[in-house]
Amino acid sequence: MATTLFTKKPRELSYNPKRPVWKEKPSALYQTVKAVVLIVFSLSILTPILLVVSTSLADTEQLVKAGGFVLWPERPTLEAYATIFKGPMVLQSLGVSMLVTAVGTILALFVTITMAYATSRSVLFGRPVILAVLFTLLFAPGLIPSFLMIRQLGLLDSLWSLILPGIFGAFNFVVMRSFFMNIPGELIESARIDGANDWQILWRIVMPLSKAVIAVVGLFYAVGFWNSFFNALLYINDHSKWPIQLLLRNFVVQGSGAADQLGITTTPPPQSIQMAVVVVALVPILMVYPFLQKHFAKGVITGAVKG
Amino acid sequence: MNSTTEQAPALPEARRVPAPAGKASGSGPKKGKRNKVPQQSFRSRLRRDKQMLLMMVPGIAFLLLFFYIPILGNVIAFQDYQPYLGIGDSLWVGWQNFVDLFGNPDFIHAFWNTLYLAAWQLVFLFPVPLVLALIVDSLVSNRVRKIFQSIAYLPHFLSWVLVIAFFQQMLGGAGFVNNLLRDWGMDPIPFMTNPESFPVMVVVQMIWKDAGWAMIIFLAALASIDASLYEAAAADGAGRWRRMWHITLPGLRPVIVLLLILRIGDILSVGFEQFILQRDAVGAGAAEVLDTFTYYTGVVGGGWSSGAAAGLAKGVVSALLIYGANKLAHRFGEDGIFAKQVR
Repeated sequence: MATTLFTKKPRELSYNPKRPVWKEKPSALYQTVKAVVLIVFSLSILTPILLVVSTSLADTEQLVKAGGFVLWPERPTLEAYATIFKGPMVLQSLGVSMLVTAVGTILALFVTITMAYATSRSVLFGRPVILAVLFTLLFAPGLIPSFLMIRQLGLLDSLWSLILPGIFGAFNFVVMRSFFMNIPGELIESARIDGANDWQILWRIVMPLSKAVIAVVGLFYAVGFWNSFFNALLYINDHSKWPIQLLLRNFVVQGSGAADQLGITTTPPPQSIQMAVVVVALVPILMVYPFLQKHFAKGVITGAVKG
Repeated sequence: MNSTTEQAPALPEARRVPAPAGKASGSGPKKGKRNKVPQQSFRSRLRRDKQMLLMMVPGIAFLLLFFYIPILGNVIAFQDYQPYLGIGDSLWVGWQNFVDLFGNPDFIHAFWNTLYLAAWQLVFLFPVPLVLALIVDSLVSNRVRKIFQSIAYLPHFLSWVLVIAFFQQMLGGAGFVNNLLRDWGMDPIPFMTNPESFPVMVVVQMIWKDAGWAMIIFLAALASIDASLYEAAAADGAGRWRRMWHITLPGLRPVIVLLLILRIGDILSVGFEQFILQRDAVGAGAAEVLDTFTYYTGVVGGGWSSGAAAGLAKGVVSALLIYGANKLAHRFGEDGIFAKQVR
């Protein structure tokens, strides 16, 4: 009797109201495997980030003692950051990246919103235009012809070569368009009765209703511009126009004597300087990530399911 | 109260009035296509839609400049293209570039290497997000689920340059792990520079960057499976694994098929930036794929025509693959990417 009571009680205590009655409690082994997978995956993502940030903040003494890397800076110092911002290159490339991201995102939103709205209602030529967009998902023009096009347009070594090729994305178009299609036609019609033309309807009715999706798509574009590295590798030779990703690639990934090429004499060890450059490229993404995360899952699913 | 009773009858009136007037004035309810408004003439539709058409101009200009005209630019694959002559005056050589290409051992190597790496990705990369999604979906605690999701999605938004930088700092020759190994008196392991283990490294990097993100779509599909199916199955005595086999997996089938098709269409683009960033470290033997071959032959080496030929060959094969996979999916009764009608 006593034993049955004993075995019964923990089960009642561990009853979780969120678990449906019919669902059996998972075995300990299964629970452990799940937990291990999730923890290992999470740690594998968090550790490198922590390592890089900590190393960039660590002081020389600790770094030398630890042999190059630390997981926690004992006496955090911004020395490495002060050093990289002393030379012109990091500041310049940050400026380039910010400019490209800002101009690119605004232009991209303009092109995508107008295109998505114009095709979200049944309009003359709407269908062939949509098909022309969707075709871009199937086939790519190829690297060489794209390069020749940029050269033909005279955009080599111009920041426009980093902006223009990225101002329209079929995926973002699909997300935006499916959102616009769900705006009730009555709203648009009533605005038309009040004498609004299509541009006014877009600006005064459709866009205020679509703030969330515009924010998400805008962030997607912004992240894309900030992260783009290959266009710069292809089109930009002039060092003063390198975006931060290309700088990162040349000085950290290829690791060619970062310090002297950054135009600075080094006091903190090169390790923490490199890591400081990594952090500079990383921080903007970390800053927008919470906003992104709030909305993107929904956006992606709309695009994927309704596209 | 008064105002509503006054407006209530007025609204339907206002809505109805412009419907017939629309044809005459050209500014009527143009979006009311689904109504049974008779088809207007082309000219009046043009007039009616002119602002909407104007809105399409920037997008169409983009598509032309950066997509459709470059596609036509692929003709240089059939030329002996010389930059100073331009496309107009360069010599036409027919299929010669392709003949040369398939006689070029470097290209053949890049081609097989691409397929080899693609096979690795298909076998080892594809199932990971599915497994992660099943685990996350089975979590009872919403908090754990949220925390894990916010960690797992993050790397998707980091650039490949950053990802490779992270991997180098962790696993590179002078990286964190090898430092530890040396401290413990062991030999360092050349994770990042060993050509033989490169496919494993590639898959690990891709899992790190995108497996969490790819989970989203499976999670959405899992959430859309009717919970009463599970309940009924459990009532009939089906255990955890039987429910997964008979309910979960069939429920996920359309999504799995869709993603497989996309993956197959993308199979020749195994990950351009990832390879170009690591080609120096592991050597061209392991990291040369069709895209990097195109880049180094065309842009770096100045062999514009052979580069374009390689790119075109890849593009055509990819398009055929995606088309074929989609056809196959239809045959098995799935929607695939492009269902019967494109909306």
